Amino acid sequence: MSKFKKDGGRSTPAINTSALPDIVFMLLFFFMVATKMRDREMKIRTKLPQATEVEKLEKKSRLHYIFVGPPLDETLGTSPRIQLADAFATVDDIQTYITMENAKKDEAEVPYMTTSLKADETVKMGIVSDIKQELRKVNALKLSYTAAKAAKD
Amino acid sequence: MGKRRRDIPEINAGSMADIAFLLLVFFLVTTTMDIPTGLQVALPPISETPPENSQQKKREVLEVLVNSADLLLVEGDVMSIDKLKQKCKDHLTNEGRDPSLASSSTKAIVSLKNDRGTSYKMYVQVYNELTAAYNEVRDEYSMRTYGKSYSDLSPEREENKIKDVKSKYPKKLSEAEPVNIGVK
Repeated sequence: MSKFKKDGGRSTPAINTSALPDIVFMLLFFFMVATKMRDREMKIRTKLPQATEVEKLEKKSRLHYIFVGPPLDETLGTSPRIQLADAFATVDDIQTYITMENAKKDEAEVPYMTTSLKADETVKMGIVSDIKQELRKVNALKLSYTAAKAAKD
Repeated sequence: MGKRRRDIPEINAGSMADIAFLLLVFFLVTTTMDIPTGLQVALPPISETPPENSQQKKREVLEVLVNSADLLLVEGDVMSIDKLKQKCKDHLTNEGRDPSLASSSTKAIVSLKNDRGTSYKMYVQVYNELTAAYNEVRDEYSMRTYGKSYSDLSPEREENKIKDVKSKYPKKLSEAEPVNIGVK
């Protein structure tokens, strides 16, 4: 700095940063609008399969989530596990889970509840079929195979 | 201080950026961007009585089998997945021309059977192809009759048209309960 200094000792003028908050607020609002709250911690890996005919799931409040995939923690092995909410579960827990979740909702909303099945693409259909059977037993008949949108060829 | 003299002192807004950054970082960390998308399925309700399978004529049903090695069998023939959509479309739009395919689009059924060892990836692909066939057939019909593709029909104003397309090509895609073939 000293080489820019004149003998009189005038300091360099400060950079005008009054527009900086505006820029940051703009970014902030973008992220507030474009994203949604993360509400659960993933314990398993779900690399979604790709599909072209996917539809957007309408209301987030009308979704149950079931995750299936190999655990992220490798000490737990590689065979696929089911995650409900924040914890590992077994196929037998699904009925209880769906019933409990439905009890929290408005009764009129229950027929519109969709189950979003997020399964890793390496999972075998055996476990998926078991889940489907359990869902049928609790009359949760709307299911969505969650898949990433692939470009149409 | 006291560099210059001013009548009204400026309000120090320097920390405003810090506050905004703090909020920004908070939202970056706690939110995710993905919007859930998926293939919609309607599961059949559980019934005590066994379904009347024998009533269905064989020609109305397009049988799709996926085995544990992710191979595809359509109506008894091995088929690659890229031909499945066309086959399914032929089946739906046959209208009785080919005696081995459906006699009318309203009666046509697609039956998808899988093995417990089928990979989820393959299953979703097959399901996707079949859904694509239905969507395309509906689109083509809607284009011919209303000059608009099926997905462009608005659910509020053109409800009747949507109903008509749906009743012309009802989505009868049945997922059979899995079988255990060749599991050691």
